[in-house]
Amino acid sequence: MPIQEETIEQVNLATSKYKYGFSTDLEVDKAPKGLDENIIRLISSKKNEPEWMLDWRLKAFEIWKKMKEPEWAKVNYPKIDYQDIYYYSAPKNTEKLKSLDEVDPELLKTYEKLGIPLNEQKALAGVAVDAVFDSVSVVTTFRKQLEEKGVIFCPISEAIKTHPELVKKYIGSVIPRHDNYFSALNSAVFTDGSFVYIPKGVRCPMELSTYFRINEKNTGQFERTLIIADDDSYVSYLEGCTAPQRDENQLHAAVVELITHDNAEIKYSTVQNWFPGDENGKGGIFNFVTKRGSCLGKNSKISWTQVETGSAVTWKYPSCILHGDNSVGEFYSVAITNNFQQADTGTKMIHLGKNTKSTIISKGISAGKSQNTYRGKVLMQPGAKNARNFTQCDSLLIGDKCGAHTIPYITSKNPSANIEHEATTSKISEDQLFYCLSRGLSEEEAVSLIVNGFCKEVMKELPMEFSVEAQKLIGISLEGSVG
Amino acid sequence: MSLLKIEDLYASIGDEKILNGLSLQINAGETHAIMGPNGSGKSTLSYVLSGREDYDVSKGSVFLDSKEILDIEADERSRLGLFLAFQYPIELPGVTGMTFLRTIINSSRVAKNLPELEGIELVKLIREKAAELEISQDMLKRFVNVGFSGGEKKRFEILQMALLDPKIAVLDETDSGLDVDALRIVGKGVTNLKSKDRGMLVITHYQRLLDHIIPDFVHIMVKGKIIQSGGPDLAKLVEKEGYKSFLNGN
Ligand SMILES: Nc1ncnc2c1ncn2[C@@H]1O[C@H](COP(=O)(O)OP(=O)(O)OP(=O)(O)O)[C@@H](O)[C@H]1O
Ligand SMILES: [Mg+2]
Repeated sequence: MPIQEETIEQVNLATSKYKYGFSTDLEVDKAPKGLDENIIRLISSKKNEPEWMLDWRLKAFEIWKKMKEPEWAKVNYPKIDYQDIYYYSAPKNTEKLKSLDEVDPELLKTYEKLGIPLNEQKALAGVAVDAVFDSVSVVTTFRKQLEEKGVIFCPISEAIKTHPELVKKYIGSVIPRHDNYFSALNSAVFTDGSFVYIPKGVRCPMELSTYFRINEKNTGQFERTLIIADDDSYVSYLEGCTAPQRDENQLHAAVVELITHDNAEIKYSTVQNWFPGDENGKGGIFNFVTKRGSCLGKNSKISWTQVETGSAVTWKYPSCILHGDNSVGEFYSVAITNNFQQADTGTKMIHLGKNTKSTIISKGISAGKSQNTYRGKVLMQPGAKNARNFTQCDSLLIGDKCGAHTIPYITSKNPSANIEHEATTSKISEDQLFYCLSRGLSEEEAVSLIVNGFCKEVMKELPMEFSVEAQKLIGISLEGSVG
Repeated sequence: MSLLKIEDLYASIGDEKILNGLSLQINAGETHAIMGPNGSGKSTLSYVLSGREDYDVSKGSVFLDSKEILDIEADERSRLGLFLAFQYPIELPGVTGMTFLRTIINSSRVAKNLPELEGIELVKLIREKAAELEISQDMLKRFVNVGFSGGEKKRFEILQMALLDPKIAVLDETDSGLDVDALRIVGKGVTNLKSKDRGMLVITHYQRLLDHIIPDFVHIMVKGKIIQSGGPDLAKLVEKEGYKSFLNGN
């Protein structure tokens, strides 16, 4: 049976409401399963990469082989067999696409179904999209308009060839290959992702967005995103992701690096909706992601906003390294876990420069039998004179079989630094549910209302176009969490 | 035909028998008052009517518009036109009054096959009804019942009632915690909501509320049962003499 039919049938059978669970039947170009030097050489040659890139990958592979998978996170998952994964899968005929007319109509349909029309006339006003399907970027919209402003927004595979000086300078500069097990793996095998460069003094005229889709079975997705905001520039970037509903687990190990120079600002928002597994905990994505931003320049700012609703297991700590004096790091997070989902997520704020300031607002919601952990580190280095951090961690429990955990690590090496940490845990009570029910709201509507109220501070940080979607998503992910 | 018909209702919680064979009928356009000593089961009656799950209903039936509702969930009962103004309204941190009202209005409109209200239209409707109850715009920006004064909570309950436009409204001690002015505002608000299509059941301890909302019938409830019914004068008798005579007399 072709994959498509099989999966649609599965989706119909499954009681779960994950509406992005379909898969697309496309001709694909796949490398053999497993990982060795030859696979890396193959990926590199498929992408026509220059020699230096291949060398960089091979070095990463050497590092990775010597590393051990981390075990400190509060998540449990079966051992991953890294030789049982496809590291390269690309829809055929996607190389060197000049325009949308050349994109496989099946692919365009897939994105329409996902609510991401790539057709520029139909697209969300003011949002340029880079669509990454399994291992490759299939299309990037609005490139002309962006080029006029000097903004570079393209697949990283292309940037390696067209802007090697920028890629060479910045790749691995924030997250070195040896940073952790998954960053080393990603550095060796990353296949695509987005590259953004905002030149000096430019305010990017539209939202930039990358939409990741894992389609193929047993395929890992290892994308790599690199965003550089030069002096006095600004960009707002949004990442969205979904995957078909499958019984087996799939690995997603991305690396995202952000760099801001003097007075520059990057606002990075994520709505993560990978398949979370079914209500019995079967299937789902393992989301092991390294995201870090470096505020290199003075007065620069990096702001992470994430709404994490999907994935079976999430391991993710978008962080900021505040080098520049007066630089600002922000982390706004909503992490929802239901059924058997596990999330260990949070942030690191590393203060190096004077008067640096960071804000952490984390809202964890656990339902079903899920486990939700906030893990956050605030470090004030000796040079961080008058640095300030404010952390607010709130957990909301739905039912009594789930868990919420808050693990803050706080270190100050400068006495003038000021750190504030607040944490609360609350529960949706029977009284609250009954009050809402007596007003005609269903249990689902009631939970969604209370939860959306609970995360409002974070939701308001999302770009307008996406906050409505994100609110609905919260409702959907908590379906069946009470009663 | 009666809008609400309660027949020989028994309800308990754990081993505690609270309602013991209660019967009551309310026709469209009528306002009934229930009075009774503390602990006689008045709030329990209101919860059982509106579908709270903690109670074990061992006997009896409740009809709303001739539909038996005891097997129906609380939200569905609300959509069928039953409303309860809580004796102790519940706090919803994070949910602003405006958001809450918008959500319940649209959910009830969808149930009635009416189009959802958006933007100006919705805000206008809410403001108009809020103004009648002297509820300020600022109060609607606050989280539902969080830090509301006793009087504000009760006015917010009546506002919800006005917006949901129920067929049967049960008001549980809506007068408690109200100062003289608030009592007048709420009394007027409820009286304005009287209509020939609506039935009301007003639970109270005091005549003062009934001075504003003049009932057609007054019932005395003791130990989970109505032991005497009469006209408005019955409430005045209670006010004057307490429940002693009823307890002894029966
Ligand atoms: N959850 C419960 N568990 C045990 N007993 C309960 C529970 N809820 C109510 N009761 C008991 O049921 C009886 C009736 O309570 P209810 O609140 O209905 O009285 P009421 O008539 O509304 O009183 P009041 O005038 O003080 O508001 C009381 O004795 C009360 O203690
Ligand atoms: Mg009571």
